[in-house]
Amino acid sequence: MTTTDIPRPADVGSRRSVSRKRPRRTATGGLRQAVSATTLLWIMACLYGFPVLWFILSSLKPSSDLFSYPLTLVPHNPTLSGFKAAWDSANFSQYFINTAIVCVVTTILTVGVSCCTGYALAKYDNKWLKFFFICILATTMLPSEVMLAPEFLVVRNLGLYNSFAGIILPAVLTATGCFMFRQFFLTVPDELVEAARIDGARELAIFARIMVPLSRPIMLTLAILSFQWRWNDYIWPLLMLNDPNKFTVQIGIQSIVGAQNINWSVLLGASVISMIPLIAIFLVFQKYVMGADINAGLKD
Amino acid sequence: MTKRASVVSVSSPSPPRRRSKYTLAPLVLIAANVVLFALFFVWPAVIGLLYSFTNYTGVGAFQWIGLDNYQNLFGDSTFYDALTRTLLYTVLFVPLNFVVSLLAANLVVSKHAKGGSVARVIFFIPWLLSPIVVGVLWRWMFGENFGLVNYVIEKFGGDAVPWQSNADLSLLVVVMAAAWAWTGFTMLLFIAAIKNVPVSYYEAASLDGAGPWRQFFSITLPSIAPTSFIVILLNTINSMKEYPVFVALNNGGPGTSNNLLVQYIYETGFKRGQIGYASAASFVLMLILMAVAIIQLIVNRRVENR
Repeated sequence: MTTTDIPRPADVGSRRSVSRKRPRRTATGGLRQAVSATTLLWIMACLYGFPVLWFILSSLKPSSDLFSYPLTLVPHNPTLSGFKAAWDSANFSQYFINTAIVCVVTTILTVGVSCCTGYALAKYDNKWLKFFFICILATTMLPSEVMLAPEFLVVRNLGLYNSFAGIILPAVLTATGCFMFRQFFLTVPDELVEAARIDGARELAIFARIMVPLSRPIMLTLAILSFQWRWNDYIWPLLMLNDPNKFTVQIGIQSIVGAQNINWSVLLGASVISMIPLIAIFLVFQKYVMGADINAGLKD
Repeated sequence: MTKRASVVSVSSPSPPRRRSKYTLAPLVLIAANVVLFALFFVWPAVIGLLYSFTNYTGVGAFQWIGLDNYQNLFGDSTFYDALTRTLLYTVLFVPLNFVVSLLAANLVVSKHAKGGSVARVIFFIPWLLSPIVVGVLWRWMFGENFGLVNYVIEKFGGDAVPWQSNADLSLLVVVMAAAWAWTGFTMLLFIAAIKNVPVSYYEAASLDGAGPWRQFFSITLPSIAPTSFIVILLNTINSMKEYPVFVALNNGGPGTSNNLLVQYIYETGFKRGQIGYASAASFVLMLILMAVAIIQLIVNRRVENR
């Protein structure tokens, strides 16, 4: 249902080049339309960009200037003291390392496992595979938030409470990842597999040597999505961890918000630090995310 | 899958060998996910359902109490408040997100608008921020005594607005924050759908003298109906289980007036140790989500068959 109506990146590109050739409208009407569309677009972009800009600029103000009237957009004496205070306070550097470990490990496992499952679903034709495909579909119907309490008990019974494994393992199976790889491997011609079989390659060798290298763009896209989900995850780590040395960044930020008197300087610094890695990754790999077939599955 | 198999059998000269003779390889490939599925989906779902009929507290013995939890839920005013607040949030968030995302997508792909690719990145960045950071950011903007928004309102001669202490305004701020944060993602879905509409439709319409609005309502909107359907479904489900933005923005406040369903489940299950009761609440939430999905599927089918 969710996988059919969005074009693959290649489609998008070719259609776009066609649309460029569309005949121009009459000069004056076209100009007026261009001016109004551009104006509207940029008014909207400013509305969307401004909160982030204001937030980042505020984090550069010394704490004494945060509430001084009149409010100024650009800090008079920009300082990194808020960031330093955040980094030094409450083990924030430890939270950062914890989150990085969780994200990297989960992402590697998610990409690997999804790639295997997606390939099996696309290239083999067994009844029980189809059944398992329906099982994966079912996980999108029953979101994990709905099963917080029982899932907590299961993870506790497995002896994973208060460990990174308790955060990582339940997150590895993602319908989105399996769908993305399945869709990709469906586009790889079966003849390629058949030819390798005739040459005497074993099944798993075909997968590892031919298919895995082919799927690099999908791997990268899923890796970015998975990293984002885990970096921003809040409720599950909150439930799983009670040792402050294992807290993730999001729990750390939330604990500053929950304090009796919010230390805004620390909070702004911590929040801005926490968003830097993701925005950096996104800006580097933007074209993959923007062209991605993220429509498939859509669940973290 | 079946559709694809038939395409292959038509296009290749010799019919492909039945691939079902391969058992070991696919089994090895899906093994990890099967184990994860059993451990973290089937098992919790089963014990969740069982516990919802008991008075289990997370430790020690428990008793089978039948439908008591479900009956108590519907007599529990806190649960009702959480449920109605969640529904209100959904009813506000879904249309707002739909409209602004569709507008953004149209402007970004419009050949008349300059700088679409830069604007697209700007629209997308809020989606990268974690819900916790989104909450902190909007709390910073909408602070009652120090926030930028009230400062601007007072500057123009207005009175400070009680964004935090008025329950309805407080909910409204969360709705705006969430719509802002989700626009980027929804917009990407719309962009893909809009680019997929055949250009010839627009050329024909434009020769017939249809203006941009007419073209939007007569061509774009009907053509992207399947995507619109998915967007509404996903956003409804996502907003029904929203929690972190509320925690960071107003912590379900003022007081408990904006506690939502997931927060209710969290509080009863983990803070008060009523696992059985919380499981029952979870299953009510699940039933609502499934009802939403089924209703939307039926509506979608009706629309497509028309």
